[in-house]
Amino acid sequence: MEMWFSEFHTPDVKHSIRVDRHLYSKQSDYQRIDIFETPEFGRVLTLDGNVMLTERDEFIYDEMITHVPMAVHQGIRDILVIGAGDGGVVRELTRYDRVERIDLVEMDPQVVEACRTYLPSNACRMDDRRVHIHFLNALKFIRRCEASYDLIIVDSTDPFGPSEGLFTREFYGNCYNALRANGIMVNQQGSPFYAEDASAMQRSHKRIATTFPISRVYQAHIPTYAAGYWLFGFASKKYHPTDDLDAEAWKKLNLHTRYYTTRLHVGAFCLPAFLEEMLMEVED
Amino acid sequence: MNVNRTRLDQSRAPIYEALENFRRMRVVPFDVPGHKRGRGNPELTAFLGQQCVGVDVNSMKPLDNLCHPVSVIAEAEDLAADAFGAAHAFLMVGGTTSSVQSMVLTACKRGQEIILPRNVHKSVINALVLCGAIPVYVNPEVDQRLGISLGMRREQVAKAIADHPRAVAVLVNNPTYYGICSDLRAIVRMAHDAGMLCLVDEAHGTHFYFGGGLPVSAMAAGADMACVSMHKSGGSLTQSSLLLTGPKIHAGFVRQIINLTQTTSASYLLMSSLDISRRNLALRGREVFHQVADMAEYARQEINAVGGYYAFGRELINGDSIFDFDTTKLSVHTLEIGLAGIEVYDILRDEYDIQIEFGDIGNILAYLSIGDRLQEVERLVSALAEIRRRYQKDRAGLLSQEYIDPEVVTSPQEAFYAAKRSLPLAESTGQVCSEFVMCYPPGIPILAPGERITREILEHIQYAKAKGCSMTGPEDPELKYINVLA
Repeated sequence: MEMWFSEFHTPDVKHSIRVDRHLYSKQSDYQRIDIFETPEFGRVLTLDGNVMLTERDEFIYDEMITHVPMAVHQGIRDILVIGAGDGGVVRELTRYDRVERIDLVEMDPQVVEACRTYLPSNACRMDDRRVHIHFLNALKFIRRCEASYDLIIVDSTDPFGPSEGLFTREFYGNCYNALRANGIMVNQQGSPFYAEDASAMQRSHKRIATTFPISRVYQAHIPTYAAGYWLFGFASKKYHPTDDLDAEAWKKLNLHTRYYTTRLHVGAFCLPAFLEEMLMEVED
Repeated sequence: MNVNRTRLDQSRAPIYEALENFRRMRVVPFDVPGHKRGRGNPELTAFLGQQCVGVDVNSMKPLDNLCHPVSVIAEAEDLAADAFGAAHAFLMVGGTTSSVQSMVLTACKRGQEIILPRNVHKSVINALVLCGAIPVYVNPEVDQRLGISLGMRREQVAKAIADHPRAVAVLVNNPTYYGICSDLRAIVRMAHDAGMLCLVDEAHGTHFYFGGGLPVSAMAAGADMACVSMHKSGGSLTQSSLLLTGPKIHAGFVRQIINLTQTTSASYLLMSSLDISRRNLALRGREVFHQVADMAEYARQEINAVGGYYAFGRELINGDSIFDFDTTKLSVHTLEIGLAGIEVYDILRDEYDIQIEFGDIGNILAYLSIGDRLQEVERLVSALAEIRRRYQKDRAGLLSQEYIDPEVVTSPQEAFYAAKRSLPLAESTGQVCSEFVMCYPPGIPILAPGERITREILEHIQYAKAKGCSMTGPEDPELKYINVLA
């Protein structure tokens, strides 16, 4: 028997993963949620047929979206996480003793429930006493916040589905307003490789760059995402992502990571020429 | 209004069904349109889709003819009449403008008087230019805080009827663009008691026929004719509309009037969209408009929680000039954050990629309808919150007055066709205007043909131009010059 999960990365490019068993499938109020057991990538979570994470490579994404800002801003105590219902981002953040509060705003309770059951290695810290889960539209939650957070992590799906509102200027403006004077916003910024993804990436970069005084992009290699090549946005009111990196302080925490290192941190902000050009195009 | 009240099977859609049949028959076209199911225009077919161009066909026996409906179009009109509680319904393909003009042309002839509020859509006054009837204006009340025109007060209508007993009809704009309703039942009664017809421009009230908790519809209130913009809240294609008539109106005469100006090649895309939309409204409208009203109510609460803005609702109701309020409308007063409505409208589009229906001097209107989702409403509210944070300023220097009482010197038709000359706008004070001047949208004239130009009106025009309103109507598109009676 052959069973494959396939996802179109463009209309002309298909990425397939062999499936052992289909563990979970449910249509929630917002999207279709599926979890597969696969020989190569372990368990795979998909939303509306798009891969969100696999057990095999989620550490890359979850480490890069959390440790980069945490190593720059030593005063991060209050954190807002948007999306990320699987729990991977929260798991990384709860490793820091200095974190006092994590508000997790996830639109879809069904995602959290499915991940608690089938992806316990991601959802393992969702019950940490510092974590507060809000099942709400993120735009609604955040427009009521003012100077309340040191870090906002936007872990959204792609900009063509129910997360479209998280790639808009009004959302980034609301984030700016919700951050304290030295706050940082980190978001998943998509892929620069295929044309449609690239132009969505440019549009959101432009909106962030007009909202925050400091706006930089960094990259990581994530095998199951489109082109295996992924970007994150680092937007900040005060701290520079590499100039203000305090590598010694971070090393002293003695956190074991599998992808992130403070040397990689600096390297991740060194971008290929075509990408630098694409970003410059929308920065003026 | 609901499915139980109808006597016909509202799950039918005769025009749609006939087109589906026709498609299956694979008839060879040696008739117009010349694109022949799209084959002759591959670029258009690629753009609009084969399905769409394939039913862009001409009138023929199996598909009936809108000029003289006897089969499937007649059935579709019967179903529409049934769904809307009318004696007859006419499918219209020239926009609600064509419905309004046919309604006015049916009711009055040259020299006859018609009572109407001044804040009507330009299509009404255009109809007066065509037929030569004389307008008797009832000045709408103005809400001083919001700067918007309200409904007609009962007392004002009674006075207009008493002063002009020979008038043939009373026309009511119900609801207004902002969702304000007059006391329609009382106005119908007054008109009928005086032997006049009651006509309703119901362009923004299609959903009244299918909602619970919404204001009374024209047909339910006993009006003689009503124009409903199916393409606005009803979900049909742009330019399609319905003209509804009550039992006193002779349908054959209305058809003759419609045929004076209507195309003889009516589009089956438009007609089928009316048919399918009517079916949808009859079967599911009640549920859908409940959701729309709930969404608008939610948006009002959220916008008012932002602070500065005022999203108004049923609290405005005063029993007379605001007899009722259409809760599906989302209008927001913006002056308290120091921005004119038109400025907020422009910022929403230019910086947030959000297109709303219109912005005028003091307000914006976001059109909520059958196709909206909560996630887009959240974007709108958040964008308004951002605009307030980034742009809020002192409101000093902002005007709010939207309505200026006109002085009618001659009938619109006389003024339109009279000898005229062109004057620089600034030098036109005291002259009689021979053309329209309006902000579009909403398309309510600031000046209509035959009205006196005053300093106050000129100031209003200059201010609206300066704030970025798009001015339409006059021969000079830049409105540096204006045509006046010679």
